[in-house]
Amino acid sequence: MVDLADICAVAIAETFRGDGEIFASGMGTLPMLGARLARATFEPDLLVSDGEAFYVAGDLPIGGTDKTVEGWIPFRSVFDALWGGRRHVVMGASQLDAEGNQNISNIGPWSKPTVQLLGVRGAPGNTANHVTSYWVPNHTARVFVPHVDVVSGLGYRRAAEAGAWVDAHHEIRRVVTNKAVLDFEGPGHRCRLRSVHPGVAVEDVVAATGFELVVPADVPTSRGPTAEEAAALAVLDPQGLRHREVKA
Amino acid sequence: MTDKRCTEDEAVATLSDGMTIGIGGWGSRRKPMSVVRAILRSGVTDLSVVTYGGPDVGLLCAAGRVRKLVYGFVSLDSIALEPHFRAARQSGAIPETVELDEGMLQWGLYAATLRLPFLPTRSGLGSDVLAFNPGLRTVRSPYDDAEELVAMPAITLDAAFVHLNRSDARGNASFLGPDLYFDDLFLGAAGAGRRFVSAERIVPTEDLLREGTFHTLRINRSMVDGVIEAPSGAHFTSCEPDYGRDEAFQKEYADAAGDADRWAAFTARYLAGSERDYQDAVRRTAGDRG
Repeated sequence: MVDLADICAVAIAETFRGDGEIFASGMGTLPMLGARLARATFEPDLLVSDGEAFYVAGDLPIGGTDKTVEGWIPFRSVFDALWGGRRHVVMGASQLDAEGNQNISNIGPWSKPTVQLLGVRGAPGNTANHVTSYWVPNHTARVFVPHVDVVSGLGYRRAAEAGAWVDAHHEIRRVVTNKAVLDFEGPGHRCRLRSVHPGVAVEDVVAATGFELVVPADVPTSRGPTAEEAAALAVLDPQGLRHREVKA
Repeated sequence: MTDKRCTEDEAVATLSDGMTIGIGGWGSRRKPMSVVRAILRSGVTDLSVVTYGGPDVGLLCAAGRVRKLVYGFVSLDSIALEPHFRAARQSGAIPETVELDEGMLQWGLYAATLRLPFLPTRSGLGSDVLAFNPGLRTVRSPYDDAEELVAMPAITLDAAFVHLNRSDARGNASFLGPDLYFDDLFLGAAGAGRRFVSAERIVPTEDLLREGTFHTLRINRSMVDGVIEAPSGAHFTSCEPDYGRDEAFQKEYADAAGDADRWAAFTARYLAGSERDYQDAVRRTAGDRG
């Protein structure tokens, strides 16, 4: 039986395939692990950070401190890379809808929220300027909603309305969850089921999604790690911190 | 040679009700917390607070001092959501909130630093940041692209407070940790008169480069009106490399939110007296934890 956390790490790594020499930025344990996994295996030119202010060379384990610094990336430089388009971020999402709008700001009315979350953070700028993917460790209809309460990160319609430049540079590449991988390659950039993780039924994903997913006739199963990737995961996450975030 | 040294209470005494203050640092990192505690001790209120928010926001909101909050996020980093800020938002206790993309906030401070009315950006386009802040306007590029961009207005401050690792008595200051954050822009966005640097240690000018390269000297005295010596002044936020975040204390702070009795006990134990009383109480707690 392939481990679910490994499936998720590989799926996140896959979002960076083809990105080349840009900043692979991951928010949280699994996104950071996915970026480092991609760099350690099939996308060696990626830049990855220590989660603080440095680009690190070599295979830095999650939680590790013995790092080889190859560059300095204070927040000001992050914004420069971001606006310059030399970045792909995997963020979290408290709500996501079928158009790819993301909310990390608050639940309920903005004027007086029922649940205040982080604030929009960098989501408006990220999504207007470069590729963004999302990691959702708990795939439920509370996250995948018909309409987000606040548009923090832009979905496809909002990006198109923001003008030709934003439309051309906006891409929500993937949404990786604990059940499946989604993308926005359905008709009119609607959210589509790209693959289900081993042991997860398509009906489970549909039932846990609060909007109508585009479901192809044949839904592939998410792949597990190759031997090379499994070896890299052992190096990059020797403490198994990924298993704390994804429960089988 | 102007000796700009003063105390937190003297710095805060320059504030008036209703002023707009900028607070440097980022989340729960290198925040001028001893100054925030001085604001709590003072009566000053109805503040507009501009910040990459952390416990500075939580403490000021819990004490009811914030009339308007301008922020990109509020977080304690290792505790993702700031409980006092959440409580204030959810109870409608902050009369006015301006939630911005992190880069828009940088741009607003930078525009003020450069004395420009606005700076253009794509960040915010299409998002609800524009919907919820109807005062934000767009501008069309005068060049052939004719692109419509957000015209991020200057965020001009009445006062700015930042916490650095070292400073001399005139306000030449160095950051020794991994990131300056946007502290230089907070100082730049404030008019002369109320720009304050607190520092872990005040050192002779000739010692400023003893612990770091010249790259650390990003704050110079033309940007600073007052210098506060504040050892452990960022506590309980991090102040690398002098000290990391006091995670146990931060947890105690966060856990005390949402329960009136526990918050009253926290306030009585830590925030009722002077900065020295606070630091003594923190040491006693650390001793109790062993």
